[in-house]
Amino acid sequence: MRLLAACFLFVGAACSPQTTQREPDFPIEASLRVSGSSFLTPETVAQQNDDFENPGYLWVERGADLFEQGETSCEGCHKNGLEGVATHYPAFDTGTQTLVNLEGRINLCRTRHQGLTALPYESDQLLSLTAFVAEQSRGLPISVEVTPQTQSAFESGGAYFMTRRGQLNLACTQCHDDNWGKQLRGDTISQGHSNGFPAYRFEWEDFGSLHRRLHDCDTGVRAEPMELGSQTYIDLEFYLAVRASGLELESPGIRR
Amino acid sequence: MTTIRLSVPETADRGEIIELRAMIQHEMESGFRFGSRGEMIPQDIITKFECFYNGTLVFSSDFHPGVAANPILKFYARANESGSFEFVWTDQNGQSWSDSAQIEVS
Ligand code: HEC
Ligand code: HEC
Repeated sequence: MRLLAACFLFVGAACSPQTTQREPDFPIEASLRVSGSSFLTPETVAQQNDDFENPGYLWVERGADLFEQGETSCEGCHKNGLEGVATHYPAFDTGTQTLVNLEGRINLCRTRHQGLTALPYESDQLLSLTAFVAEQSRGLPISVEVTPQTQSAFESGGAYFMTRRGQLNLACTQCHDDNWGKQLRGDTISQGHSNGFPAYRFEWEDFGSLHRRLHDCDTGVRAEPMELGSQTYIDLEFYLAVRASGLELESPGIRR
Repeated sequence: MTTIRLSVPETADRGEIIELRAMIQHEMESGFRFGSRGEMIPQDIITKFECFYNGTLVFSSDFHPGVAANPILKFYARANESGSFEFVWTDQNGQSWSDSAQIEVS
């Protein structure tokens, strides 16, 4: 990834597209890759794994209700459920020729197949449906690969990850690749993986999307955050998903 | 919309001590927080929780502003007869939410 980062800086003159088709290298080698839950107390992990005491299931349950509602319900077309689907998101949508995350896919189904309007990002309904779909992949490994169609998204997501920003002038990589396991004030820095999201955060006392978490990391370094659902965050989410590949999906996760 | 989740054993032996769990989706806004423009966010909390076993109050609890959002309660009761457990939450303005679960005692 260091090499790739250099390519971002020198605008790819020496980077031929073929070299990037192989398994990308990341600063944290695959054997050291661990979920954010490894940095939680055993009590919090136990709560996350308890289907009842995990408050994220309030949203999963609401999502299950929404899934069955209306004349052309989601359920009507997805009778066999959506097990494993969340493990390969964000994914390329051929209809719109764009990269979409799970939230975007659900909204596409609403506009394309249900004749409904898209739900606002971070609305309770969209979070609930996303949680319901993601939960069906709980425990399955994330499996997102870079393809020719998603190459540019991967690169811009990676560039965002490597770029210093904000008044503190810090890049994601400096905390989550270079300093994971160390303390940042009262908090332990994890590797910054996406596999717990959407998740319930104690700080929020609420359930939220990965983009809300990214927004918090951006404001944490006093940078101007991107809009939730923006293409910049979707590209970053894609980079994070490739980077987290192999880790089990934990959504609805619980985090500090 | 408010989601309630209950955990009550479907069956129990007569006289058995059973664990009951109840969770409700609620912001429990303490009234001590300020918004991004410095304005006070008004308090909005549940103040009372009650559990009835075939109509008899078997457990109750008062909530105050320090209780976290989406509160979970875990408590115990003795299973004496078949019937229902009803769980009722009431907020500071008197609005209430409830749900119930059946138990078979033999
Ligand atoms: C100043 C250090 C710092 C920087 C810079 C930073 N983060 Fe974080 N990040 C944290 C801390 C602290 C947490 C909460 C504890 C943890 O790591 O899970 C966190 C959490 C996360 C999580 C959630 C991990 C989990 O399992 O819950 C993700 C994803 C994440 N960051 C991604 C990013 C991205 C992407 C960027 C760049 C836009 C970034 N972070 C920049 C410190 C940082
Ligand atoms: C009229 C049928 C129909 C309805 C209703 C519908 N979908 Fe879909 N859904 C599809 C089709 C077809 C696809 C494949 C992608 C496409 O062509 O849009 C799909 C794809 C998906 C996927 C991605 C599957 C994958 O393997 O990548 C998810 C997740 C999904 N739908 C969720 C939902 C949800 C949630 C709702 C309700 C809000 C919903 N769908 C309503 C037809 C439907």
